Amino acid sequence: MAENDTAVAPAEPPPPPTPEQALLAAVLASLPGGVVLDSQIARGAEVEIRIRREALHATMLMLRDDPRFAFELCVDVCGVDWPTRAERFDVVYHLLSMALNHRIRVIVATDAATPVASICDIWPSATWFERETWDMYGVVFDGQPDLRRILTDYGFEGHPLRKDFPLTGFVEVRYDPERQAVVYEPVKLTQEFRNFDFLSPWEGMTTLPGDEKVHLNRITRE
Amino acid sequence: MSLSTDDTPASGGTRTVEIDSHTINFGPQHPAAHGVLRLILEMQGEVVERADPHIGLLHRGTEKLIEHKTYLQALPYFDRLDYVAPMAQEHCFALATEKLLGIQAPLRAQYIRVLFAEISRVLNHILNITTYALDVGATTPSLWGFEQREVLLEFYDATSGSHYHANYFRPGGVAKDLPAGLTDRISAWAEQFPTFVDDIERLLTGNRIFKQRTVDIGIMTAEEAMAWGFTGPCIRASGCAWDLRRSQPYEIYDQLDFEIPVGSHGDCYERYLVRIAEMRESHKIIKQCLAQMPSGPIKVADSKIAPPKRAEMKRSMEALIHHFKLYSEGYHVPEGSTYTAVEAPKGEFGVYLVADGTNRPYRCKIRAPGFAHLQAMEKLSKGHMLADAVSVIGSLDIVFGEIDR
Repeated sequence: MAENDTAVAPAEPPPPPTPEQALLAAVLASLPGGVVLDSQIARGAEVEIRIRREALHATMLMLRDDPRFAFELCVDVCGVDWPTRAERFDVVYHLLSMALNHRIRVIVATDAATPVASICDIWPSATWFERETWDMYGVVFDGQPDLRRILTDYGFEGHPLRKDFPLTGFVEVRYDPERQAVVYEPVKLTQEFRNFDFLSPWEGMTTLPGDEKVHLNRITRE
Repeated sequence: MSLSTDDTPASGGTRTVEIDSHTINFGPQHPAAHGVLRLILEMQGEVVERADPHIGLLHRGTEKLIEHKTYLQALPYFDRLDYVAPMAQEHCFALATEKLLGIQAPLRAQYIRVLFAEISRVLNHILNITTYALDVGATTPSLWGFEQREVLLEFYDATSGSHYHANYFRPGGVAKDLPAGLTDRISAWAEQFPTFVDDIERLLTGNRIFKQRTVDIGIMTAEEAMAWGFTGPCIRASGCAWDLRRSQPYEIYDQLDFEIPVGSHGDCYERYLVRIAEMRESHKIIKQCLAQMPSGPIKVADSKIAPPKRAEMKRSMEALIHHFKLYSEGYHVPEGSTYTAVEAPKGEFGVYLVADGTNRPYRCKIRAPGFAHLQAMEKLSKGHMLADAVSVIGSLDIVFGEIDR
């Protein structure tokens, strides 16, 4: 037995963690259990955590104030729409630490009715980003004192970046020389809007009876 | 201005005149608004109490349009964001797509991109500094500056075929190689450029009127600048030596020799000084790129991503098919997401790209530096005079193409 032990070549020490791995491990260790739903380091370079919506404000405060993270900048807040999910919106926060030169992406999920805690008291720069997310997706931010629309027209209805909002919109604006005024009218398309589906019918169709083996092969090959 | 008079007999015959704070609508058609900024200013006499920028008058739904385009078709939209320095935006999208595709542009393409990114920076700073000077009363710099910009835009024209909307940086490289003789023309331009910067500095840096309008106006400390999401020249003027080209280098920036100019006071004047210094650094980078540029391919060899040469298409059936597929269907980008940022002339320009495995971006969020800067308008102009609000707007380098998207 002892001989066997010596015969085995000493295992190579695991490579030291990359700065991204170290950051993610530290973040995970300092958050209470159950807060982080998912985490990954995308392509070994981008740290991403998905957290519970209720814990957002506390987590963000910790990420800013803990000297190990020191995220002084809220670079961006934006929404992503996944209409098939129960909580269809992702709100994505990008934070940056200039002192420690690292970034993190924090994601929470919500739906059109459930508010997300505003972080404008942590970073004042979040105000306009949250207004934009409200404007584009209709995500409500709780505690945001200035939740007005920002990019769309005065009196605009709907949330244009939702996936079920058509690219052409619902109203169009033109100058009416007879009335001498700008008028809003329902969109009239002279040609039907064309939206090509570029998924190959051979690859996109996965429900044809008898083809299961082909698809199975392709998936495992990839 | 509304006057409310109090003429009640109880006041003993003295008349109290009370001047209310009143509201001014600045823009959207105002030459100092740098585009279509509508600024609601609440004034107390001549002093700004509140500034509420109304943006979105140039909103074109870029992000929504990109969701309906292939990756190659999405690229030209980036020229139309910050139309003062188009290629800097293209750079960001090209890098983001390359990250998701897991490819890297060949070395020559990287040099060409950095060369033109720096030309874009010079283009941007010339326009900002000179129009800024125009806002505070100096006409000559803009006349001189536009002459220089014209020369630089001709380099854009020579290599991409267009003065502004270049569509030149592509995922996997650049659209085509530099035309013969262009590097010599850029070198010739680079010879005389420092003299131009000296001339501009002679007009402005020590100018009494310019300094009176800008020194100690719109001060941002480093902590405030970070809290408000400042990046680029605006945060460097506040004393943070932060530049993505140095701290998170992309392309070949880590092999180039340049300095990061930093201010200390964070007022309008220092934002100007930082930009002047950055033009000199960009000039250094341009000269290094010209001197070191290797020969070789300018796009990746993978014919599933980079289109074939025109001549090849005439002879090769396969090349023709590749060309057809690339320009109709485009390439499919594997599932994933990335936030990629570059040091655009105005600050950190980022793209958050979510791919779902099809030929179109699922989500493409554009993070424009000017958006965060304009947001601090109230913070910067509160307590200053109305005329100082104009200085602040000029020093922030606002371009509505990127703010409104």
